[in-house]
Amino acid sequence: MAKILKLRELSKKDVLISAGHRMCAGCGAPTVVKMVLMASDYPVIAANSTGCLEVSTCISDYTAWKIPWIHSAFENAAATISGVETMYRALKKQGKIDREIKFIAFGGDGGTYDIGLQSLSGAMERGHDMLYICYDNGAYMNTGIQRSSATPFGADTTTRPAGSAVPGKTEQRKNLTRIMAAHDIPYVAQASPSHWMDLMKKVRKALEIKGPKFMNILSPCNRGWRSRTDDSIMLSRLAVETCHWPLYEVENGVTKITFRPKQKRPVEDFLRPQGRFKHLFKPENEWIIKKSQEDIDREWEKLQKEEALFAS
Amino acid sequence: MKLKGWKEVTPGAVILEAGNAIEFKTGSWRAFKPVWKKEHCIQCLLCWLYCPDMAIKVKDGRRAEFDYDFCKGCGICALECPGKKGIKAIIMVEEEK
Repeated sequence: MAKILKLRELSKKDVLISAGHRMCAGCGAPTVVKMVLMASDYPVIAANSTGCLEVSTCISDYTAWKIPWIHSAFENAAATISGVETMYRALKKQGKIDREIKFIAFGGDGGTYDIGLQSLSGAMERGHDMLYICYDNGAYMNTGIQRSSATPFGADTTTRPAGSAVPGKTEQRKNLTRIMAAHDIPYVAQASPSHWMDLMKKVRKALEIKGPKFMNILSPCNRGWRSRTDDSIMLSRLAVETCHWPLYEVENGVTKITFRPKQKRPVEDFLRPQGRFKHLFKPENEWIIKKSQEDIDREWEKLQKEEALFAS
Repeated sequence: MKLKGWKEVTPGAVILEAGNAIEFKTGSWRAFKPVWKKEHCIQCLLCWLYCPDMAIKVKDGRRAEFDYDFCKGCGICALECPGKKGIKAIIMVEEEK
């Protein structure tokens, strides 16, 4: 591996997700998929859990995927790709196949944080040679912006609408990247499409490692985040620069921060452009912003300490 | 685009033609249209990379015209364009018709 990533060289590769998919204008997910598939130098087989990505790339008789792709249900993308990978290993043993093929599962935050967590956990524990990619847009966007365990604290969703009774989601966001790191698998990383080089490097690194790998990638959704259609890359950049979405990797238990913002911006910069956080700027909800900032600071501090633990 | 009858659909609804979504043109979704100003373009290819609809053509490592058959007009390319000396190479204009 370790070829330098240059856009000019990459642009000569075939983009493995085609135009004509029916994702919303300005969606972050197709860009994430495009980058992930482009980063791979191996043939890839993908599984997809139910979600925006699956539904909109594969509407009756038409598929946007130029690679072998399988969808079976909401909760079992990890189990499905485990089966495919096991079949591949069996065929390889029998000498019926000799190509080096990589296996990737794509799931949204609903299909990963909530519904598919047990199958994901199982696949990771069994040690399948696969990469699971969660594109995290922070709610069940496909069915109409219902809250998920990935929804940030204080966000307005259709099942937890902000109003006089509740100020949006009153529960903490689940930190899935850490849960996956706690599985002690060889590679866990968090990435964002705004930092494309970092994202592609992580995918390349993950595909070179044998065993189960997990990547959590932020994927802005202008419908659910109540933002403009043109700002998905800008918002993912703000998420990184405010440390709401720190970029780091955990390789064999060793944490490494892969991007350190020159100046950590206040969380308001990330919250303000999004309509789902509009109510937080009312005086009575100020405590939510304060708490979000405290949570971010604590997590960032923790990451830096963990990194220092192994720095040599 | 023609919908298939039940006799023509493959068993298990398997799609044998990879990437045939290309037959489905999404350009009609557009309310705003990006226009490429070649003279301000520095060929960074960021627009090509960030386009969620694969609607920017690249030829021999250089940026070519928009593919208006598929562009949904989200405007990410225009926002992310660094331009030359602060003048953007992509601007959004309202779609006529």
